Amino acid sequence: MIEFFNRLFGHKSSSATAKERLRLVLLSDHLALAPNLVDDLKRELVDVISRYVEVDRENIELNFQQREKVIAMFANVPIVSMHPATRANGANRTTKRANDASKRPRRRRKRSANTATNAPIAETPNPVATTPAPAT
Amino acid sequence: MMQELKLQEEPLSTPVARGRGTAIVVTSGKGGVGKTTTVANLGTALAQRGHDVVLVDADVGLRNLDIVLGLENRVKHHLLDVLEEQASLDDALVADKHSPQLRLLASAQTREKDDVDTQKMRALIESLAQRFDYVLIDCPAGIERGFQNAIAGADEAIVVCTPEVSAVRDVDRVVGLLGNRFRPRLIVNRVRPELVAKGKMLSVDDVNSILRLPLLGVIADEPQVLIASNRGEPLALDGSSKAGAAYRAIAARLRGDDVAMPDVTVARPGFIKKLSAFFGGRR
Repeated sequence: MIEFFNRLFGHKSSSATAKERLRLVLLSDHLALAPNLVDDLKRELVDVISRYVEVDRENIELNFQQREKVIAMFANVPIVSMHPATRANGANRTTKRANDASKRPRRRRKRSANTATNAPIAETPNPVATTPAPAT
Repeated sequence: MMQELKLQEEPLSTPVARGRGTAIVVTSGKGGVGKTTTVANLGTALAQRGHDVVLVDADVGLRNLDIVLGLENRVKHHLLDVLEEQASLDDALVADKHSPQLRLLASAQTREKDDVDTQKMRALIESLAQRFDYVLIDCPAGIERGFQNAIAGADEAIVVCTPEVSAVRDVDRVVGLLGNRFRPRLIVNRVRPELVAKGKMLSVDDVNSILRLPLLGVIADEPQVLIASNRGEPLALDGSSKAGAAYRAIAARLRGDDVAMPDVTVARPGFIKKLSAFFGGRR
C-alpha cells in the first residue's frame, strides 16, 4: 500500500533508481577509463572554439562532475583575444559562453559580445560549457 | 575413443562438421551471478543434444564446477596437473554421470591463479577444441590473472549478469576488458518477473539498454535452481523446470538454432497496479 501511495505521489520505484544510478556510475567509469577520449574531446572542443576566439591552449581545464541527475562537463577556456576574422563577420558570434550562444536571444548575445570585446579576457572563472554528457 | 564413436554413428542433431570445435568462456566480473551454474547447464544441454562437450573449470583455488555437476568424488587430477604435465589429459577428464558426451576438467583447489601459465592454458584450450565440439570455460570472478587465463584460448564469450547495479557495472567493465577480440553475448540470470512488474527489479530491457549486447538468454529465478545445486544435478535435465528449459533454449541458440526468447514478464497487473498506473505511477 505504501508503494501505491509512493506511486500516487510520483515517487520513484527502486528499479528506476537502480537504472539511474547505473547510468551515472557507468558514465563516470567510462570517462575514467578513456583518458585519450577525453583528450580528443578537449582538442576538438578547443578547435571549434578557436574558430571564433583565440584561446590559451596550454591552460584549458576540462573536467567532469557528478551532479544530482547528470554528469556535467566543465570546460574552463581562457580567451586570449578575439579572432580578427570572426569580429569582421559580426560581433554577435563571439561570446565567451560559446556553448550557450545559440540558445540565447540575439539581443543579449550582442551585448555580451560587446562586453567581451572590451574587457581583458585572459581569465574566465566561470565554466564556458556546461553540457550534460550523453548517456551511453 | 570419442572419435571412433563419432565415425560409427554421427548424431542427426549435429550441425557442425567434425573439425575444430568452439571454445566459449563464461564470465561476469562479479562473483555469485551464476557463471558455474550456467556452464554446467549449457554443457549438459549441449551434450544432451549429441555434442561432445568439455567443461573447463578455470577458477583455480575455488573449485566448484565439479560440485554443481555432482562429480566431486570422481576428480583425480586437475587442470594444473595437466598444464604441468603431471597427468595426461585423458586421465584428468572426468566423465559426467548423466550425459555420456560430457567431460569435466576440474580445477585445482589448493593452488593459486598465478600458478597458471597463460600460454599453456591457451594451448590446452586449443587442443580441447580439436577434440570436442564445445569447450566451455568457467571463468573465475574478478578481472585479474585468473580472468586473463580463462579468456586466453576462447573463441567466444558469454557474460552472465543479474539485474543488480553492481553486476551490470562489473559486466560493463568485463566487456571493455574483453576488447575487440570478442563480441560477448549476454545471459541475464535470476530475473524475478513479479519484482520487475512491481518496479523493484531492473528488467532485462533495463539491463540491456545499458549493456547493449546481443541477448543470448534469460533465466528466471526459481527454487529449483538451488535444489538442483544441492543435489548436484544440472537443471537442464529437469523437464519441469522453466530455468532448465531456458538453459536448453540457450544451448540451442549457441548451436545457431533460432529459438524464441521465453517471456519472463508477468502479464497480470492487479487492481492496485492498474489504479496506480492510471494515476501516472512509474513502474
